[in-house]
Amino acid sequence: MITLSSYAFVSMILFSIGAIGVIARRNIFVIYMSLELMLNGVNLFLVTFARYHFNIEPQIISIMVISIAAAEAAIFLSIVILLFRSKKSLDTDLFTSLSQGEKR
Amino acid sequence: MSTNLLIWIILSPLLGAILNGGLYFYNIKKQKISQNYFAIIGTLTPLIAFLITLSLFLRMLEEKIIFKQHLFTWLNVENLNVDMAFLGDNLSIFMSMFVTFVGWLIHIYAVGYMKGDEGFGKFFAYFNLFLASMLILVLADNPVILFIGWEGVGVCSYLLIKFYYGSKENVEAANKAFIVNRVGDFGFLLGVATLFFALGQVDLSFSSIEANLGNTTNGWLLLAGFLLFVGAMGKSAQIPLYTWLPDAMAGPTPISALIHAATMVTAGVYMVARFHFLYSGIEEIGTFIAYIGAFSALLAAIIATRQTDIKKILAYSTMSQLGYMFIAVGLGFYSSGLFHVFTHAFFKAMLFMGAGGVIIALHHEQNIFNIAKHRAILPIISATFLVGVIAISGIPPFSGFFSKDAILAAAFQEEHYVIYAIALFTAFLTAFYMFRLYFIVFVTPNGHDKEYVYTSRTITFPLLVLAIGAIGAGFLNLPSIFGGSHMVDSWLGSLNSKTITLSHSTEYILMALSVIVAALGIFIAYKKYANYDLEKPELEVGFVGRKLYVDELYDFVFVRSSKAISCFIDKVLDAKIIDAFIMKCSVGFVAIGRKVALIQNANVRFYAVFMLAGMSCIFVYLYLKLGL
Repeated sequence: MITLSSYAFVSMILFSIGAIGVIARRNIFVIYMSLELMLNGVNLFLVTFARYHFNIEPQIISIMVISIAAAEAAIFLSIVILLFRSKKSLDTDLFTSLSQGEKR
Repeated sequence: MSTNLLIWIILSPLLGAILNGGLYFYNIKKQKISQNYFAIIGTLTPLIAFLITLSLFLRMLEEKIIFKQHLFTWLNVENLNVDMAFLGDNLSIFMSMFVTFVGWLIHIYAVGYMKGDEGFGKFFAYFNLFLASMLILVLADNPVILFIGWEGVGVCSYLLIKFYYGSKENVEAANKAFIVNRVGDFGFLLGVATLFFALGQVDLSFSSIEANLGNTTNGWLLLAGFLLFVGAMGKSAQIPLYTWLPDAMAGPTPISALIHAATMVTAGVYMVARFHFLYSGIEEIGTFIAYIGAFSALLAAIIATRQTDIKKILAYSTMSQLGYMFIAVGLGFYSSGLFHVFTHAFFKAMLFMGAGGVIIALHHEQNIFNIAKHRAILPIISATFLVGVIAISGIPPFSGFFSKDAILAAAFQEEHYVIYAIALFTAFLTAFYMFRLYFIVFVTPNGHDKEYVYTSRTITFPLLVLAIGAIGAGFLNLPSIFGGSHMVDSWLGSLNSKTITLSHSTEYILMALSVIVAALGIFIAYKKYANYDLEKPELEVGFVGRKLYVDELYDFVFVRSSKAISCFIDKVLDAKIIDAFIMKCSVGFVAIGRKVALIQNANVRFYAVFMLAGMSCIFVYLYLKLGL
């Protein structure tokens, strides 16, 4: 039987996998994909509750999240290209030039 | 009605100063105007001041009144009330009488002396301002107003000494005069403040200070009296604040005449006489003043015997004579002291103007040995100079004899025999160095006459008037043993001066002594200098010639030592100790800061951890709190 808690559990797993990916991975594309995973976890949660409560509003929010994520992807990819041009690498640990600490 | 005239004594030269100043600006900015305009304004305004003073004096003679004029309340802060008020009592009218009269004559003289000078108008603007400041000082009704005049003459002397500001020597002399005077002024200001706090009165006028003197202890009065006298030391060039006076000779000669004869340097004597009610209560300070005066008189006379600059000799002689005046006022003989101020104004103004006449006739030659070589025939100057020299040496019946003798007798009567001996010896030195000056400049036969500049009538006229004064002024205060009636003493009776009560025989002996001493001085000067060989001029060498090394001493004690202390503070105290300590304190903060900075390492994943951790904490908190 697929209950509400099953959906919630799956979305939490999705979110957590995304969060761990953001924290643990160094490749900036993988980080981006992990971010998307986190957003999808949240979307799933929103849709589940919309169905559960017979209310359309959370669905509207999830659609907005998807559309904003699409827009974000465009900006993100262009930023990644710029960063790659300056460092010739996709390792996020190298992108610290805005820090006030000493450069590594 | 006529009380309203009091303020016009001051306003007249003040307006002259403003008019002359404005005209001078017009002169340099727009178009040249004739120097006659400046001369007319410059000499007319002191004359008006003199005539007003004279009219007030005549009214006082008739009606026995005291003029007092209250203009407005200047300061009124809680306990402190300072009125802009002026007082014309016997003392201040007496003083302003000869300040305006001698000042007027010096103004006339300056017209001739400064003729053709580029800064003619500026000179007269300053000159009138100087006179106005002196009159504020003299006519002030409270010490604060007196201080305005006190500072005014200081500023004007500064402006006038550096009148030829192009030369470094003049500017340095002006700075020296100003700075040394500031030391004294500081003392004066502290003295007034002490009086104010000690008495705690609402009104600071002289009369109310006098009335409230009983409110405080003797110690406070001693302190106030001493501090006020420090001011007088600076203004009147007494030990130890005298070094500015000879250097001030760098200014044009009419200024020297004005500063020395009637105005600035007498301010100290006047101030002590003004505070007679204070000083007669504290005889310890009075004795101290008298000793300072005696030693100043002696020191200046010793230095004067070896100087070669004609004006510097006169400057030291002024300091010496001021010492006499302080002996008198210090011992409580205020009217004798002021009488010496009065006679001194005549002959010293005349001596300075005579010296100025010689200097200008010989194209600004001031070394007496060179003057003698180029001596021109200057009959009027020579004759009046002789009168002045005799008067200052104390030969009867010239005015200086009576005033100086009164002071000698006073010291003798008060049984301050040390002061008496010093004063008598100084009288001998005075006769010696003044006649040394006269013989070298006017008598030595082996100089060769050269061409000289014509001395104009504006130069000789004041000399002749002052010569009459120098001869006759002494008769105004003729002592009773000559059948006189002490006119000045009785006019200044409100000062409660002590009077000479010696027996007639003692008085005759004292007089004879001082005349003998003066004659001895003249004789030695005659022997040594009347036929002096000018091929071997004396140089300012030796201990005395170098002014006893006092300037060098001051330089060492005050200038170099403070410089050394500053260097020590800068290089050692500040750099090595204070800076080091402060920097050590900050080391800890820097270390902590470096540790904190590690968190901000710009690592995106690191930030994400913190963000998630923070969000988790908030959710946990909300869950527990709201019990969702």
